Amino acid sequence: MEGSIALLGFGEGGWGPSIASGVLVTVSLALATLPIGLVIGFFIALGKQSLEPSVKLAANMYTTIFRGLPELLTLFVVYFGAQIGIQKLGQLLGYGGTLEINSFIAGMFALGVVFSSYASEVFLSAFRAIPKGQYEGGYAIGLSNGQTMRMVILPQLIRIALPGLANLWMILLKDTALVSAIGLADILRQTGVAARVTKHAFLFFGTACMIYLVLAILSSFVIDAIERSSAKSGVKR
Amino acid sequence: MTESFINARPATVMRPPAPPKKWTRGRVIGHLLVGLWTALLIGLLVYLYSAWNIELIQKYGPTYLEGLKTTIGLVGSSIVLGALISIPVALGRMSKNPIAASIAYAYVYFFRGTPLIAQVFLFYYGLGSFKPQLESVGLWVFFREAWYCALLAFALNTAAYQAEILRGAIRSVPLGQWEGAASLGVSKFVTFWKVILPQALIVALRPYGNEIILMIKGSAIVALITVYDLMGYTRLAYSRTFDFQAYLWAAIIYLILVEILRHIWDWLERRITRHLIR
Repeated sequence: MEGSIALLGFGEGGWGPSIASGVLVTVSLALATLPIGLVIGFFIALGKQSLEPSVKLAANMYTTIFRGLPELLTLFVVYFGAQIGIQKLGQLLGYGGTLEINSFIAGMFALGVVFSSYASEVFLSAFRAIPKGQYEGGYAIGLSNGQTMRMVILPQLIRIALPGLANLWMILLKDTALVSAIGLADILRQTGVAARVTKHAFLFFGTACMIYLVLAILSSFVIDAIERSSAKSGVKR
Repeated sequence: MTESFINARPATVMRPPAPPKKWTRGRVIGHLLVGLWTALLIGLLVYLYSAWNIELIQKYGPTYLEGLKTTIGLVGSSIVLGALISIPVALGRMSKNPIAASIAYAYVYFFRGTPLIAQVFLFYYGLGSFKPQLESVGLWVFFREAWYCALLAFALNTAAYQAEILRGAIRSVPLGQWEGAASLGVSKFVTFWKVILPQALIVALRPYGNEIILMIKGSAIVALITVYDLMGYTRLAYSRTFDFQAYLWAAIIYLILVEILRHIWDWLERRITRHLIR
C-alpha cells in the first residue's frame, strides 16, 4: 500500500509529475476541441434546417460520414493523411526534409470533427424546439436576419441545447484518451509508460480510470452551475 | 341566371407558373458545398483507382474480411452478454434497497464515466499483474487472451449503458399500466413481461440501436491490444506497406456496416410502431 502511494507520489521515483502533465494535456486538448466542435456543429445544424435542398444534402453527408466512422479511425486518417499531404506539399515546394505533424493539432482536428457532427444533431433539435413566432417577432420589430439569430434565437438555443452539449462534453473528455494511440502524452499514455516501467499495470491504469472519473465529476459540477445560471435568465414556460 | 354564372367555372384551375428559382446566396453556397463533396468523393475514387494494386488487394483483402468477422463477432457477443448483465444492474438501479441501488449506481457511474480504452487496458494489462493469483484459480487461461479481455471489458461497459436504457424505458411506461394490470388481478411478473416490457422496448429500440453502433465504432480500439479485428488488420497492412489506401478501405467498410445497421433499425422501428401511427 505504502509502495503504491510512493509510486503515485511526487517524490523520488514517484510518477506524480508525469501523470499530472498528462492530466494537463488531456484537459487542454478537450478544452481546445470544444470551441471548434461547437462552431462547426452550429453551422452544420443551420445547414440541416435550411430550406435549400443542396445545403441540407451537404450537411447531412457530413454527419453521416463522421458519425459512421470509428473515432480511432478518424484520428488515424487525419494524422497519417495530413502527414502524407504535408509531405507531398513540401516536395512540391521543393522542401526535401521530413515534416512532422503535431499530434495535438491532429487530435484536436479529428475530435473536433466528430464532436461537431454530434453537436449538429443537438443544435438541430434545439432549433426545432424554438417556435416560429420567435423569428417572426424578431422580424416584426425590425431586426435583420443576423440580429434575430444573435439576439433572439441564440440565447434560447443555448439554454435548450445545454443538456445535450453537456453529454457531448463528457463523451469528448473520454474520447481524448484515444490520442494516446498517436503518441500524445495524455493521461493514458503517461500511466501506460509508468505501468510498463514499474510492472504495476493495475495500479496505474486504475489510477487513470479514477482521474477520468474525477474529471467527469468536476465537469458535472461546472455544468450544473452553468445550467443554473442560464435557467435564471430564462422565461418560465 | 346567377346559377349558370356559378356553374360556369372552368374545369381546370389555371395556376400561375412557378417563379424561376433565384440564385440566392444560400443556394450558391449549397451548390458549392455539394460540389465540394462530389469533388472529394470523385477524388477518393480516382485515388483508389490509380492506387489499385491487385497484389495488395489479393494479399490483404482476405485479412480485412477476417477482421470484419472478428469485429462483428466481438460486438455481437458483447452486446448479448451485456444485455444479460444489464438486467440485474437495471433492477438494482430501480431497487428501493439503498445498498443494491448504490452498488448499481457506482457500477454504472464507473463504466460510463471512464473511457472504454482505459477500461480495456485495465482488464488486459492490469489483470496481468495478478497472474500468480489468477493462475492459482485457473482463470489465467481466460485472461491471457486479449480477445477474452476485450470481450469482458466491452460486455461490462455496454451493460452499464444498456442498464440505463432499460431503466429509462421501463420508467417511461406510465404507472397506470401497472395499476390497470394489478386491478385485473394479474401478477407482478406477468404484468412486467406482458404489459410493461413490450411498451418499454418500443421506447428503448432507438437507444439500443445507437448503443450497437457505438459499440461497433468503439470496438476499433481492440486493435491497440493486439486483437486482429478490422482495425487491427488495417494497422497491420499500413505498417507493412505504408499505403494510405489501407485506412481508406477500412473507413469505407466501417461506413457501410454502420449504414446497413442504421437502415435495418429504421425499418425495424417503422415495423413495430405501426399500431401507433394514427
